[in-house]
Amino acid sequence: MAHIAVQHLKYRYPLTDELALRDISFTVGEGEFIGIIGQNGAGKSTLCQALCGIIPSFYKGAYGGKVLIDGEEAAKTPVAELCRKVGIVFQNPFSQVTGSKLTVYEEIAFGLENLGLPREEMVRRIDHALELLDIQALREQNPFDLSGGQMQRMAIAGIIAMEPQVIILDEPTSQLDPQGSEEVFRAVQKLCLQGITILMVEHKMEKIAAYSDRVMLMDKGEIVDFDTPQKIFSLDCLEACGVQPPAFTQICRGLGLRNGDTGLYPVTLEEAHKALDQIKGGAAHG
Amino acid sequence: MADIQVKELTFGYAESKPVLQGISLSFDGRSTAIIGQNGAGKTTFVKLLKGLLKPTAGDVLIDGQNTREATVASLAGRIGMVFQNPNDQIFKNKVLDEVMFGPLNIGMSEGEAKEHAEAALALVGLCGLEQENPYDLSLSERKMVAIASILAMDTGVVIFDEPTIAQDWRGRRTIGSIIRGLRERGKLVIAILHDMDFVAEYFERTVVFAKGRVLLDGGTREVFAKEECLRAAYLEPPHVTQLCKSLGYNEVFLTAEDFVSHVKGNGFTV
Repeated sequence: MAHIAVQHLKYRYPLTDELALRDISFTVGEGEFIGIIGQNGAGKSTLCQALCGIIPSFYKGAYGGKVLIDGEEAAKTPVAELCRKVGIVFQNPFSQVTGSKLTVYEEIAFGLENLGLPREEMVRRIDHALELLDIQALREQNPFDLSGGQMQRMAIAGIIAMEPQVIILDEPTSQLDPQGSEEVFRAVQKLCLQGITILMVEHKMEKIAAYSDRVMLMDKGEIVDFDTPQKIFSLDCLEACGVQPPAFTQICRGLGLRNGDTGLYPVTLEEAHKALDQIKGGAAHG
Repeated sequence: MADIQVKELTFGYAESKPVLQGISLSFDGRSTAIIGQNGAGKTTFVKLLKGLLKPTAGDVLIDGQNTREATVASLAGRIGMVFQNPNDQIFKNKVLDEVMFGPLNIGMSEGEAKEHAEAALALVGLCGLEQENPYDLSLSERKMVAIASILAMDTGVVIFDEPTIAQDWRGRRTIGSIIRGLRERGKLVIAILHDMDFVAEYFERTVVFAKGRVLLDGGTREVFAKEECLRAAYLEPPHVTQLCKSLGYNEVFLTAEDFVSHVKGNGFTV
């Protein structure tokens, strides 16, 4: 059974005329790392909210089709239950922070208190989450004294501590410096290797290419294509969908350098290096 | 062209913990990117330029005027700053009112302010949204409202704190062309950025902050050539620069276009 199965999902926000999601269907297996890309307004965040049940439990509007998480229908599962299976990290950490806790440690404990976990279990999970995001040093700080990047890592730690089977991240690294965003990707990859299913919306295409098993390209509320990073970043319609491929792919596209076996363009530094190294010979060195 | 001189600037929010130490910089006409780790003191630094904070020691001179002796209001007409988080900046309930607020505040007439506001909204691609509530817009659109609000003030210095956050490809290109446009009109543009590819494409000068000090300062190409030094500040060169370095090129390439035309120029064809 697929870990996530979405069947003919349609959704329209209240007071609007146009569908934000039009007939979306796909499946994701357990432990997959899925990158979701597309221009702003493509429906990426709306899809995230439908996957974790915020749509339709909080945002009303017109809803059709089904979202199945581990066989259970999201729209029919109480949020209190669904949140044990699916966690979501918002784009802006300010939207996620409770505002009622005085330390990072207590903030991360918030979700666990709501689950009614025993104290020792909470301590174990919080320590683990702090370590994974490398924010042990911040544990006694006030969440509102943190930088944007530190706050985002705290928000992710709060979700990780809930130990969900699926984690959805909506542009989690937009506030982070390069090192901070690399740390988030590595931490998320670690979770993925432990069997947690990851869906991440992101504009940093080099990172999406390096970390995703599959990439979903969305535009105008629809899935344009859902395939390997190499296949997606070789699509001719990419620019029309408002997406620029990774810098490495841009170079190879500019030079017409495709992988000899697959006919697709390289997407990571390593792949591009390999392709360019072969042509270097006489033409290149400066 | 506006003139900014920073002399031996030191600042700390608490006396025992200096955030910036002994910074001396002068800004010329070049568009300048400030890069560095979260917590390096970048935002604090630009708040000092704008006079929102006053130095603990040392001086900031804006067109010869010391910010210690200037009020924030008197500097507002000369230095505009787009905040990192648009929610910290936006408070009106109509987009047009928000963008007109700054111009009116620095003494423009109603008509002039409206004209400036509409031109700025057109520049950021928000035409037709003048009557919307900014909080009904997406984060990326709200960021554009924040940018338009500052552009409408037509200040000699424009500071951007992380302008590309939450922007897609189209948004990044819009912001890039706004920065180029400001530069062409003789404005001094300073931006804090984490997106090295964007720095490489649009900025002439790059200043690297690390732990409250200036670690590197120079032309962007020159700065991105110093990989070891960047790594010490937990930064890395743009993706294209990294790839070309790994291939053994001695030159520093900043953009994909840059490199593709170099290779093609050397007679490469598929």
